[in-house]
Amino acid sequence: MEYILRPWPWYVSGPLITLIMVFLIYFGKTFGMSSNLQTLCSIGGAGKYADFFRFDWKAQRWNLTVVLGAVIGGFIAVQFLSDGSDIALNPETISDLNQLGFDNVGATLLPSEIYGWDSVLSFKGMAILVVGGLLVGFGTRYAGGCTSGHAITGLSNLQLPSLIAVIGFFIGGLVMTHFLLPLIF
Amino acid sequence: MKFIKFLLVGIFFGIVLVKSEAVSWYRIYEMFKFQSFHMYGIIGSAVILGTISIWAIKKLKVKSTEGKEIYLQPKEKSIIRYILGGSIFGLGWALAGACPGPMYILFGTGVYSMLIVIAAAVLGTFIYGIMKNKLPH
Repeated sequence: MEYILRPWPWYVSGPLITLIMVFLIYFGKTFGMSSNLQTLCSIGGAGKYADFFRFDWKAQRWNLTVVLGAVIGGFIAVQFLSDGSDIALNPETISDLNQLGFDNVGATLLPSEIYGWDSVLSFKGMAILVVGGLLVGFGTRYAGGCTSGHAITGLSNLQLPSLIAVIGFFIGGLVMTHFLLPLIF
Repeated sequence: MKFIKFLLVGIFFGIVLVKSEAVSWYRIYEMFKFQSFHMYGIIGSAVILGTISIWAIKKLKVKSTEGKEIYLQPKEKSIIRYILGGSIFGLGWALAGACPGPMYILFGTGVYSMLIVIAAAVLGTFIYGIMKNKLPH
């Protein structure tokens, strides 16, 4: 039990993610979480505005069920399967973030400087979440997939387009982390 | 209940991503700073094992639980959409620290402000859908 409560090392987590992909493929589906955003648009009536959202969303109910499970899984993991230990980040990462004005780095999954209500309810804090969400939602559909669809499934299926998309993920991520975050914080 | 297996996979997915810390903004930041092997180890081992698994599934002509031979749709050939779309996604990923799976998982962990990111991501997808025909693909 002690091993379950502690954070799981990469060599346990990575293979378990493969297992999730294999289960979904074995069930005749695929591992792609961002498709749900398109499904949510379709449910909300976006089909009136673009063909892209005109499809039978009911065929995607299985994936929405995965989402529901993921929410429950997140709840179970923090409520019952965590010992509350800090994230074992590289000390350099911690000091870099301290310099940007982040405190208690790694004490929780997310920084309160971004997700705490004090920040969220400020103009800047709200802008960060909204812009971050917009970029993810727009980019993932433009690229035709996200981390699960491209980086895990696409690469495992030796898809060149997925490799190009993952290179794109890194171009964007590196620009944000090295050039933009220091300007924002 | 044909949906129960998807619910269970989802629960397992949520638990694994929290326990691996892959849902953590800090881990994403650390990854893009190349200061830890952790995220590379997770994605790398998942992909290596995934490549072997998919190869074996095709080789052994495994049938899905729906009785059909398993077929994975190849991704459309292009460069521009993957580089541009991928880069836009990457900007958001490193800013919000959450991609489309972890968003829901983090909401489940009790970070309710994540609903703002989820709503914005739905809106971003909607904007893409409207602009789709005007974008280079």
